[in-house]
Amino acid sequence: MRTERLRTGPSRRAKLVLYALLCVLAVPFVFPTWWMVTSSLKSANEIFAFPPTLLPADPSLSAYARVFEFAPFAAQYWNSMYIAAVVTIGTLAVSSLAGYAFARIRFPGHNLLFLVVLVGLLIPSEVTIVPLFQLFNGLGMVDTHWPLILVPIFGAPSVLATLIMRQFFIALPGEIEEAGRMDGLGRLGLYWRIALPLSRPALGAVAIFSFLHSWNLYLEPVVFLSTPEKFTLPQALTQFTDAYGGPMWDVQLSAATLSALPVLIVFVVAQRQFVEGLAHTGLKG
Amino acid sequence: MTAVKTDAPPGREQSRPGRPGWWTARRRDHLAGFLFTAPQLAGTLLFVLLPLGLMFWYSFHDWNVLAGGFTWTGGENYERLAQDPALPGVLGATAAFSVGLVALNLSLALVLAILLNQRLAGTIVFRTIFFSPVAVTLVAWTIVWRFLLQDDGGVNGLLSVFGAEGPNWLRGETTAMVSVVVVQVLKNVGLNMVLFLAALQGVPKELYEASTIDGAGAWTRFRRITMPMISPTILLTSIITVVGSLQVFAQIDVLTSGGPGTSTTVLVYYLYQNAFQFHDFGYGATLSVLLFAIVLVLTVIQWQMRRKWVVHED
Repeated sequence: MRTERLRTGPSRRAKLVLYALLCVLAVPFVFPTWWMVTSSLKSANEIFAFPPTLLPADPSLSAYARVFEFAPFAAQYWNSMYIAAVVTIGTLAVSSLAGYAFARIRFPGHNLLFLVVLVGLLIPSEVTIVPLFQLFNGLGMVDTHWPLILVPIFGAPSVLATLIMRQFFIALPGEIEEAGRMDGLGRLGLYWRIALPLSRPALGAVAIFSFLHSWNLYLEPVVFLSTPEKFTLPQALTQFTDAYGGPMWDVQLSAATLSALPVLIVFVVAQRQFVEGLAHTGLKG
Repeated sequence: MTAVKTDAPPGREQSRPGRPGWWTARRRDHLAGFLFTAPQLAGTLLFVLLPLGLMFWYSFHDWNVLAGGFTWTGGENYERLAQDPALPGVLGATAAFSVGLVALNLSLALVLAILLNQRLAGTIVFRTIFFSPVAVTLVAWTIVWRFLLQDDGGVNGLLSVFGAEGPNWLRGETTAMVSVVVVQVLKNVGLNMVLFLAALQGVPKELYEASTIDGAGAWTRFRRITMPMISPTILLTSIITVVGSLQVFAQIDVLTSGGPGTSTTVLVYYLYQNAFQFHDFGYGATLSVLLFAIVLVLTVIQWQMRRKWVVHED
């Protein structure tokens, strides 16, 4: 494939133009993250210095220390992490089981039931947030993490996950399971020992999707949570304001950096699996 | 759809003595099917369909949580909806946001994917760059942009280097809307770009070679080969992007809080304000019905359109 590329590559001048274009286009994608990290290391005065400084003149972590003074930030960080982990594992379990059954088991009404599940794609939780609030209010689960866990695992995002898993399992050749069946495996065995190990790319894509969805969730925490110790990161990030309600930029940008950098680093390290996992899963159309 | 033969090999039942006669491998398989899908179905029932039903039920009631009371008022909420003086503005903002977002997102995603699909060294670096905002926490990304878009922020600082004077982005009605759209596109365009890139790489090279021999130019090849071949991906990404554009909440809340005035108050934000800031759950539910209807209609329209212009389907 590589040699083929070289054989018919664009001319040198065309290459220069393409690189220039790519570099210009890259600016708005890179600049914000760069600015977030460098500004978080600047003093409050230097943040608004003119002309702006690209690198902090006197890098300091003092704003980071204040993040933990002003808010129970460690607890909020932990909340986001554990909720995202539970949502990811739960979504993987629910969607791979359902996706497997809808793809490979012909049980009565499977088409109808699949349609019922698909309806969930049209009903994002933004649409049903009012009744969802009442539902969890009735269950005594307001100001707990339960809504942030249950709604993503079972609601619209998990429907997309089920769809991805189903598309993947449908493409598995039937002979693979035949062999397992000869060995006396039941349905659970076929799913666990044969289908799941083969579906790593799809599971990876679903894991990334559901982790990021949970990690970014904002409307639900804002609606359901009122105790700062229970907040998740997205909601916590908006709380660093001064007495007049204006944002304390150095502290807010430090908190934003703390929330964004670990995931970003994981992405850059694992970007091949990350991107290709998404691209080569059922979503390809 | 691929039909999968799942019936057990014949003679299997006899190999299990002591089981009642009706408890066949086939029935066991059916049970497995129900059990495997049970968590998803129960979840759909409890957290999707039940709330949907409740939403309609609430929309026929007057229900102010602070004042108390839950009374049936028939279609009164819907009359109020029809006469709501704020609604035309809200729907206008919603339409402007969605149209702007979908148009900019899909075209930019396609341009980036085509650029990355040229035979260049180092495209993986650029792919990583364009995709990286997807991995940045949404609210962190939005907060940085709020910081950058202030009157004395980084964007205007950058513009001043080139001798241009930028506006106070988030304080003007048009520039605020443009800002919200652009910030959101930059955040997520990498997803669609990656899907387009995979589709472009799936177009058989022979098609291009054949058409080049036939004397087709670059534009003709793009229109006659590329577009038709990737049309299923375009349909899929546009459905996801349209539905996604109607769900935008965090970006509006953090960047503009719906302002200035109500210029960026999209429907989700308006429904949030009514239900959770003004505690008017009945009217909030009615606005939810409207949002649901819009999502439904747009999805059905796009699904119907696929017959017209999506070339090949499984």
